[in-house]
Amino acid sequence: MELFDLTISEAQAAIEKGEITPTGLTRAVFKRIEAVEGRIKAYVTLNGEHALMQAKEAEHRREKGDRTMLLGIPVAVKDNMCTEGIRTTCSSKILENFIPPYESTVTGKLKEQGYILTGKTNLDEFAMGSSTENSGFFVTRNPWDVERVPGGSSGGSAAAVAAGECIAALGSDTGGSIRQPAALCGVVGLKPTYGRVSRYGLIAFASSLDQIGPITKNVRDSAILMNVISGHDKYDSTSAPLPVPDFTSVLGQDIKGMKIGIPREYFIEGMDKEIEVCVKNAIKTFESLGAITQEISLPHTGYAVAVYYILATSEASSNLARYDGVKYGYRAKGKDLMDMYMKTRAEGFGAEVKRRIILGTYALSSGYYEAYYKKAQQVRTLIKQDFERAFETVDAIVTPTSPTPAFKAGEKTADPLQMYLSDIFTISVNLAGVPGISIPCGFTSDNLPVGLQIIGRHFDEETILKIAYAYEQDTEWHKRKPVL
Amino acid sequence: MQYEAVIGLEIHAQLLTDSKMFCGCSTKFGSEPNTQTCPVCIGMPGVLPVMNKKAIEYVIKTGLAVNCNIAPYSRFARKNYFYPDLPKGYQISQYELPLCEGGYVEITDNGASKKIRLTRIHLEEDAGKNIHEGTGNYSLVDLNRAGTPLMEVVSEPDIRSPKEAVEFMKKLRIILRYIGVCDGNMEQGSLRCDANVSVRPSGQKELGVKTEIKNMNSFKFIEKAIDYEIKRQIKILNDGGRIIQETRLWDSDRGTTESMRSKEEAHDYRYFPEPDLVPVEVEQSWAEKIKAQLIELPDSRRNRFISQYGLPQSDTEILTSEMPIAEWFEKAVKLGGDPKAVSNWIMGEFMRLLNEENKQIDECALKPEQLVGLLKLIDKGIISGKIAKTVFEEMYRTGKDAGEIVKEKGLVQITDESAIEKAVDDVIAKNSKEVERFKAGDENLLGFFVGQIMKATRGKANPKIVNELLRKKLSAHTA
Repeated sequence: MELFDLTISEAQAAIEKGEITPTGLTRAVFKRIEAVEGRIKAYVTLNGEHALMQAKEAEHRREKGDRTMLLGIPVAVKDNMCTEGIRTTCSSKILENFIPPYESTVTGKLKEQGYILTGKTNLDEFAMGSSTENSGFFVTRNPWDVERVPGGSSGGSAAAVAAGECIAALGSDTGGSIRQPAALCGVVGLKPTYGRVSRYGLIAFASSLDQIGPITKNVRDSAILMNVISGHDKYDSTSAPLPVPDFTSVLGQDIKGMKIGIPREYFIEGMDKEIEVCVKNAIKTFESLGAITQEISLPHTGYAVAVYYILATSEASSNLARYDGVKYGYRAKGKDLMDMYMKTRAEGFGAEVKRRIILGTYALSSGYYEAYYKKAQQVRTLIKQDFERAFETVDAIVTPTSPTPAFKAGEKTADPLQMYLSDIFTISVNLAGVPGISIPCGFTSDNLPVGLQIIGRHFDEETILKIAYAYEQDTEWHKRKPVL
Repeated sequence: MQYEAVIGLEIHAQLLTDSKMFCGCSTKFGSEPNTQTCPVCIGMPGVLPVMNKKAIEYVIKTGLAVNCNIAPYSRFARKNYFYPDLPKGYQISQYELPLCEGGYVEITDNGASKKIRLTRIHLEEDAGKNIHEGTGNYSLVDLNRAGTPLMEVVSEPDIRSPKEAVEFMKKLRIILRYIGVCDGNMEQGSLRCDANVSVRPSGQKELGVKTEIKNMNSFKFIEKAIDYEIKRQIKILNDGGRIIQETRLWDSDRGTTESMRSKEEAHDYRYFPEPDLVPVEVEQSWAEKIKAQLIELPDSRRNRFISQYGLPQSDTEILTSEMPIAEWFEKAVKLGGDPKAVSNWIMGEFMRLLNEENKQIDECALKPEQLVGLLKLIDKGIISGKIAKTVFEEMYRTGKDAGEIVKEKGLVQITDESAIEKAVDDVIAKNSKEVERFKAGDENLLGFFVGQIMKATRGKANPKIVNELLRKKLSAHTA
């Protein structure tokens, strides 16, 4: 086995036994990056030299008896989380040369736990997209087939994990941006409950939906990273003041007798047959493990995409107002203030970002607010209630993560609406604020990974991790690696 | 035709919190540009606001002081517009659900009292400042003020004259200073006011078209600007014209209001609930706790001063206009000072000296017990009322006690009759001409003699004894 294929727990064990050192592991990961990055293009910024310094520091910490959770582990971070002194671009021209003067809460926690930052990964500009094709810089490729997209918006992080360009990664998920690329790249992606992880330092797309989460090679690593990043943050009033459990403690527990709901609205006419087969087989696996599956209904599912594209774009239109050329980032020359504003934003933002700013501005405009924003908020409440009602009878809900496997680059770029449907199975989870995890559950005949989504109750990541782990233990999908 | 003006005010008050509304930066005024900033108030990518609880407490306190309903559940909203002094491209404010609703402020105009009702009080963050200076083709931005807590008090259109508007503003300022939530400094902009003005034919119920006037930073300008605007509107109507709904800017140099933007050009602020903050929930117990801390307000204190100390209305207006003055007064009275005497000293010499130096009562060294000491010296006849003024000024300047000053400067009153008698005899002997005239019936000359005697004794002779002796001697002289 190659060192770059190690998981967090495997690497930790190897370091503990003295078989490898953080420096050796970091070198192995960067060697892998050197070998495959030209084809994958997962990273916007590589942190090579600095990473080796961090590895040395981790070794010093170890010598002093430090055994923190990520000591010496190379982790990639999506380029929409601020890292002090390290360029953070959001894959946008408007922030191309932005170096944050402060550290996001989440990366601060990774630092405390001794991580090594491999680099900042590519995304759809401002996390708006499902393929990384909206990146202001370049498209990331799917390690299973470089003709195809890795999904998005956390496509860089998912591709980096799948290709062994890091041991694990962080992504962010507003409508499926962790789970969908995880599914398309054959890795594990968890979107925590809204409020579980601090958003301080995460460059906002849609504040009421955004959530940071882990993208990893297996479920245990997901639980380990959750242990690191979760918890209340006094700098984020929307983070929940709840105690954080040890998420690894539930791994290996029996799922016998657990009730798993299968929402009929997620198995629709015209969905990809191979995906349907993989997910139905997974349901059989759960039954064989003693879980009780039952069909349920989430009746307002059909409205989710529409609601999402009103609320997310409304919030985005406001969140992105700060990129005005005045304080930082790209500034165009203009003949007066208004001209400078307009040129800066016209030249600095890409087409999809502008499309969403325009949509959101329209939805919030006086005279339209009631019909769009307010109505969408009301429907959002109904969608949330769908889940609450379902969780009265089941412990978790299982669905496909994405309606299709990885598609070819350029295949959907001409039709934004078709692209928006990539997130049809993941969006409701963000609207309801509940946690969801995507795990590998099979492959298509083209050898493309298929993802299974497990959804849980508010602040009950433990249950979905437990179920995901039980499935993973019973299957081999997560062990397959792309040939690069 | 007779017209009636209808006026409503929107008052912005900077709150006296140590830190900003959504971050820990200092709110101190007058520091070097951009030295009181952090990633949050600069609007860096990825930052989040965290509410300043003290600011919310101050708004609740204000609401309680002006009889508002405190909302058990309120919410912040984003007000979106682009301007260089607004780093996030939106201002965090309150829109649909403000912290306080209803309430009123009572004003007195020509002795009659009137309630001006309030619509709401809400909390928001201030913007920074654009600086246009130098000849370069650029402007500068100072974000020290960006994020300072700003309270907005909105009145109902209950005000009917520029004078009432000023009275309302003055009264609100007294209350805000009294409860310690705003320093009321209009020059520095910590208290600012916009006015909505319309006119209608007297007796008509329906409101006329209103204009909004901005940029009035003193009581004088509020009065002048509203007065100008009322006259401007009446003239347009009398000429058969129509008022255009618009925002107008007061130009203090020209003494006019000028159109800034029309209704059509008005911003669409695209308000929506601030998703980065949770709703504000004010539990009854919290409001009760703040209410318990609320000190006696100017109106009730004034009434108490009248009934408890028997002071005239005019005295109590001044004594209760600022909390430190009222506190100073009551302390002196508690230490044994006669209320009217203490009041006279405060309103006379004390205010004069403070005004000369542009100082507040709590900024000077003079303590209430020192005034009481001075009053005792007067009562005991140790010094005269006239000498007391000199002593008071000396106390004010040096912070020394009255007794010490009197001793040092030898100002003790002469009450020894024989010593005064000698001075009286001397003056009578030296001024035989005046004595003749007095005897001839020019009684006014008594003052002259008193003056001469005081001069001779350097003001220290007991005036009562001087008068008695003088009358006795002069009449004896006649006989």
